[in-house]
Amino acid sequence: MHVVVIGAGEVGTSIAASLASDHEVVVVDVDPDRAEQLKYELDVLTIAGDGTSSEIQSAAEVDRADMVIACTDDDQTNLVACGTAKTLGGGFTIARVKSTDFLRTWEGNEGAFGVDFMVCTDLLTAQNIVRVIGLPAAVDVDPFAGGLVQMAEFEIAEGSPVAGQTVSEADRFESLTFVGLFRNGEMTIPRGDTGITVGDRAVVIGSPESVQSFATDVAPETTPDRADEIVVVGGSEIGYQTARLLEEREFKPRLIEQDPDRARWLAENLPDTVVMEHDATDTEFLSREHVDEADIVVTALRSDEKNLLISVLAKRLGVDRVIAVVDSPDYVTVFEEIGIDIAINPRTVTAEEITRFTYESVAENIAVLENDQAEVLELELTEGCGLVGRPISEIVADSDVRFVIGAITRNRELVTPRGDTVLQAGDHVILLVESDSVSDIASMA
Amino acid sequence: MSGGSRIRVGWRASVGLTGDVLAALPVPLAFPLLIAVYYGESPVPFLAAIAVSLALGAAFRWTRDPAEDLGPREAFLAVALIWFLVAAVGAIPFVVAGVGTVANPVNAMFESMSGLTTTGATVLRDFSLHSRSVMMWRQVIQWLGGLGILILATAVLSEIGVGGAQLMESESQTQDVNKLTPKISRTAQLIWGIYFGLTGLAIAVYFLLGLAVDPQMDLYNAVAHAFTSVATAGFSPEPLSVGAFHPLIQWAVVPFMVIGSTSFVLIYFAINGEPMRLLKNEEFHFYLGAMGTLASVVALGLFLDPSIAYGPEATLRHAVFNVASVVTTTGYASTDYVQWAPAAKHMLFMGMFVGGMVGSTTCSIKSLRWLVALKSFKRNLYTAIHPDSVRPVRISGKPIDEGAIRDIYAYLLLSIVIFFLLAIVIVVDAERADVPVTEFEALGAAATTFLNIGPAFGDAGPYGTFATFPMSTRAVMIVLMWIGRIEIIPVLVLFTKAFWTS
Repeated sequence: MHVVVIGAGEVGTSIAASLASDHEVVVVDVDPDRAEQLKYELDVLTIAGDGTSSEIQSAAEVDRADMVIACTDDDQTNLVACGTAKTLGGGFTIARVKSTDFLRTWEGNEGAFGVDFMVCTDLLTAQNIVRVIGLPAAVDVDPFAGGLVQMAEFEIAEGSPVAGQTVSEADRFESLTFVGLFRNGEMTIPRGDTGITVGDRAVVIGSPESVQSFATDVAPETTPDRADEIVVVGGSEIGYQTARLLEEREFKPRLIEQDPDRARWLAENLPDTVVMEHDATDTEFLSREHVDEADIVVTALRSDEKNLLISVLAKRLGVDRVIAVVDSPDYVTVFEEIGIDIAINPRTVTAEEITRFTYESVAENIAVLENDQAEVLELELTEGCGLVGRPISEIVADSDVRFVIGAITRNRELVTPRGDTVLQAGDHVILLVESDSVSDIASMA
Repeated sequence: MSGGSRIRVGWRASVGLTGDVLAALPVPLAFPLLIAVYYGESPVPFLAAIAVSLALGAAFRWTRDPAEDLGPREAFLAVALIWFLVAAVGAIPFVVAGVGTVANPVNAMFESMSGLTTTGATVLRDFSLHSRSVMMWRQVIQWLGGLGILILATAVLSEIGVGGAQLMESESQTQDVNKLTPKISRTAQLIWGIYFGLTGLAIAVYFLLGLAVDPQMDLYNAVAHAFTSVATAGFSPEPLSVGAFHPLIQWAVVPFMVIGSTSFVLIYFAINGEPMRLLKNEEFHFYLGAMGTLASVVALGLFLDPSIAYGPEATLRHAVFNVASVVTTTGYASTDYVQWAPAAKHMLFMGMFVGGMVGSTTCSIKSLRWLVALKSFKRNLYTAIHPDSVRPVRISGKPIDEGAIRDIYAYLLLSIVIFFLLAIVIVVDAERADVPVTEFEALGAAATTFLNIGPAFGDAGPYGTFATFPMSTRAVMIVLMWIGRIEIIPVLVLFTKAFWTS
């Protein structure tokens, strides 16, 4: 692949580094020194110049690029760069943005701004945080269809309420599907009467909310419930999105923000969150509001130093789990060495998401399960493909490939698959398939 | 800045607009005129009023200075002037007809102001003295006042343009109307269209029910009562009010009073396929909840009262009807509730302060203000424990601006102060004139006039008259009905120095 990466910051560098060995990578950056430096660090071609300029893009041979990734720190630059690349006939474009407004616009009309795939750093980070908070019992979690759908794998531990139940007994959630069960390393596609035993690994696909509810059923001890105290420190975009996603999962978090105007804005936009206007480094305040008794503290202030201070403070006060947002990738290990449970770096999260995306060709999104025994694929159905226009039960009956459809999204709305659901062109189908049959199923889409 | 003496209000713009409205008054006056011709009664009272309104209208319009814009100050002045002068012109037919208590100019002004402000308090003693056309004029003037003559002006006078929004905001009854369409005059037309439609529906329902069960509900009465039920106004050409009609008709009036007290903006959305906006509105829940609770308590009280023997259906009907009438500030009665036990009467007195929804034809405090005040109080209890928490007050999920909450507190405080001052004036003046008025009756009369509800208790009860109060008390009440209807601020600002000077 010929890949053009615009922006050689941490995200761009990380993406370029992971692609450099297998692909032909061109990196564009405004800073000539940075471009020069990168030339010696990675086996890539570097061009110094404005990534939005068609002249520079032509020099990077965008017209024959398979993929253009715009990942500078500036939203508008990234959008314009993608727009320019599209007019020059560049291939698939990926833009990194911070603003959720741009993301909403793009989601409303995919292809807007000349962007084929948009990664919203802050939202992605918040989704990561919420996943870590909400599903501590999960062995593996992957988002599909832009976060509308989650695949999660749980190990059924001793004492789990679902142990000893059949699949149909355990599956009591509206938008959740049991797609796979691993026992002693062997995969079975579960049916309603399949029993679940201790030591099994269950794979479910559904809305994040229903996966959350299922997690509470599987492992009530470790999964936070509504009674648990979750405190988010800092009302940055990441802090706001984290609280918002927690609200969607029916938690009632508390959020601490020092700036009065921002606090008011947050309180207006987060109806189920208790917003506190105070300096979170004030220990007297923390004990008055019983933050020490919180079950989970997330630090999402704009400064790494303050996040570190509060994380350490929270740990010392006896908070069970502390999750910190760390802006500088270098500090991630420092945080974790000090004893902070999880340190999340937005740039790493973004780079990983984009890199993961570049690996996927036929399917939109892939998760590989249990030593490659099965894969979870996201397929976008095109007009006239073998799956469109037929009810699921008919497709399953006609096919000798072993697969289970876990979720369907249609116009960014979740459709729970049933036997009589008829698939349409444009649907995103998330399914689990045995690894041997991946190419068969891919040829049908 | 050369002293504070120079007048900075574009009063000519306000006066010009008042002239426009006065010049349009012959249109509603033509309706009783036609009734007079139809029944062979004297048309002179209405011709006189038409002549005066045309003359005043012309004079006022001639004063207009086209260079002056209708800003917030001019709108306040225009609102106050228009309500007062339309009431004054409305009094002319009563004086010219020269029959009964309303032949006296102060009484005529009381009746007219009570009508225009949709209060429904009457000084008539003997209803049978008056011609059908004069009785109909009382109904027409209430219908005009129902939605507010200013929205009507905005709907008709398209040239008001930008000033219209200013006007509708000054007459704060309609504060959230602005959102319907980009053009304010178009919005006003939509709102008036709904009002017209509802009135037409009420006429049809009453008339058809009249044909079926009660010949007394003829077309004349159907029109007269339709005018004053959707307007939540309360005048009736019958001395027994709605109590004069068949129970079925009394039940039929209740939904129209309730709809009249429901936000017309939300009714508009409900008609246009978004009923959830109305059904999920917290103010709507509060208003229906308050009415339902009060009605249940009153019904229970009446059932337990050994001196009342209506029978089960009638007990329920009188409880529901009179509570709905008081809460919606209509002021109809289905029975003389003055005879009820004090507990039931006090429940009705409490109901007077609730009022319907903002943006409807109702008066009084209004449910939204109570809801915001209650929620903000609840918030204060919470922040007393968690001083750092930031908690916006939300109504139907939407945060309320802190400034708006302070305005509501100020309005509530001001209303309570004015209400108590008025009650004191009534007691003291009655004492002076040697008229027997108990304190509860005085409180009731103060609430009912200032909050534009209608009948109160004692002599001023639903089957009584305000004519027993001293003339001086009635003069004060005229002013307070005026202030109450345009929600205090537009009148009070006129008495500040800052209003007239920069």
